[in-house]
Amino acid sequence: MKKVMKFSIQVIVASFLFVSALSHAELTISITKGVDNPIVIGIVPFNYTGGGPLSENVAAIVSDDLERSGQFGPIAPENMLSYPSLPQDVVFRDWRLLGSEYLVIGDISPTASGYQLVYSLFDVVSQKTILFNQPIVVARDGLRDMAHHVSDKVYEAITGIRGAFSTEIIYVEHQKKARNYRLMRADMDGARPKVLVTSKQPLLSPSWSPDGQSVAYVSFESGRPAIYIQNLATGQREKMTNFKGLNSAPSWSPDGKKLALVLSKDGNPEIYTLDIATKRFTRVTKHFGIDTEPRWTADGKGIIFTSNRGGKPQIYSVVLADGYPQRLTFEGDYNARAQLTPDGKSIIMVHRRNKVFHIATQELATGTVRILTTETDLDESPSIAPNGASLIYATKRNGKGILASVSLDAGSKFALPSTSGDVREPSWSPYF
Amino acid sequence: MLSKTIKTILTISAVTFFLSACSTTSTPDSATGSSTDGSSGTSGSSATTDGSGKNSVNDGVVAPTATVFYFDFDSSVLRTDSRALLDAHAAALKASPRSVRLEGHADERGTREYNIALGERRAQAVRAYLVSRGVTSPIEVVSYGEESPAVDASNEYAWQQNRRVEIK
Repeated sequence: MKKVMKFSIQVIVASFLFVSALSHAELTISITKGVDNPIVIGIVPFNYTGGGPLSENVAAIVSDDLERSGQFGPIAPENMLSYPSLPQDVVFRDWRLLGSEYLVIGDISPTASGYQLVYSLFDVVSQKTILFNQPIVVARDGLRDMAHHVSDKVYEAITGIRGAFSTEIIYVEHQKKARNYRLMRADMDGARPKVLVTSKQPLLSPSWSPDGQSVAYVSFESGRPAIYIQNLATGQREKMTNFKGLNSAPSWSPDGKKLALVLSKDGNPEIYTLDIATKRFTRVTKHFGIDTEPRWTADGKGIIFTSNRGGKPQIYSVVLADGYPQRLTFEGDYNARAQLTPDGKSIIMVHRRNKVFHIATQELATGTVRILTTETDLDESPSIAPNGASLIYATKRNGKGILASVSLDAGSKFALPSTSGDVREPSWSPYF
Repeated sequence: MLSKTIKTILTISAVTFFLSACSTTSTPDSATGSSTDGSSGTSGSSATTDGSGKNSVNDGVVAPTATVFYFDFDSSVLRTDSRALLDAHAAALKASPRSVRLEGHADERGTREYNIALGERRAQAVRAYLVSRGVTSPIEVVSYGEESPAVDASNEYAWQQNRRVEIK
């Protein structure tokens, strides 16, 4: 499709090192696999008309975002022949010489309460302007938001797919020495982590509400599991279930009005739905096997779940109106924790083959299974980006729990190891 | 399922004690503090040496010091080598009833929510066995899944140590 530029790999590595050196996040990014023929793009360091340096290198964050998507190979700033910040200063020949197919420039100026960026995107090959002098204004602490916004717009303009760089993740961090479990919230690149909950007892199964305002999770703080819903802005929380036995795996319905969850109050693990406003429970499954890990279909009329009713864990689907489960997975002796892709055509799941746990996708129409993660084992907890282009999951590296991401075409991979503990169970936010 | 369990007990109770006497756990000496090996621990408890518990239902019944029962991968079936220890606990609980908490655990492989369910199944299998042996004490079951490993490592030995139910 695109010509492989010989220097592009070096360019990618160089720009990545530059970016990571600037990162102070607790989750640090390392790219474990790039793609063979990325779209070459020049993202010129943005000019700043105010005094002194900015606290963030906005263009470098854009470059990092686009590179992690797996579809772009940004040119390292030190290899650039010119540094235009205004459209009239662009000389297309400088970028054609570097093999750049696209070019992003920008000019940041201070405002009373923050910063304004005016940026443009050019198609170098056809010498056309795609985005012209687009303004974005942010507060003083919003430079990373500014960068992710530009990444979203550039990504969408070139690929036709909505960017998900402004989204966030919630995950669980276990600080073994301090014996702390922390529910954390961070940007999708791991930057700007915030603590939502700290507990001496396990926290697990965070699930982001579809409106992005709340999180449901399981806490053992009372010595037994209970499901909570917590408002992210106020920190206010409500205990939703505290039954004898399991209170597990909460998952929001697409309209945000219900939770699907797992209770064993009637003797063994069954899936229920809970109407959040009326507190009414409806039992979905009735089987003596393990039924767990419910996730809703996009229309809210069905649920897919893990069950070992056939002897081994496999994925089933059930239409809530008729309650009759159908088995979806047949390949592999362990398929669990499935989630539908946003287009509803595939599922992502934990899949065991040859005793190794991978993240895999299965196309529902054909049943074709593709393993996405082959370098790691003990992979679990996949959570898909709202644009369906990539997923984040938990795995282990050197005995430590880390988060990692892979594009759905398995072309690009990156890891997000934590500097302060074992991290796991990522939940990708919706669009805000 | 319960009757099947009891039947199995009857047929194997004779060999159970033999098995417990020559436990095949690979590296028992490296087990960490809270999780001593279940089978070998049984014989260490002098008052409850008999697998059936028959000759120890008296004033001298002492709860076994071993409190952990182990399981196979993705299985909640009680192992034959756990039976002697279970019987000893049953005898002790019958002699001096108390509230019991069974904590179910799983190894790190597979998904967390499935493992929570699996840990509960394991603890329930232990409870069902104790009840079948006549234990009437209140028994609470709590599953931690893979959240609370006994041995924090990713190898066969650690996984085996972590697939367990602890009686508390």
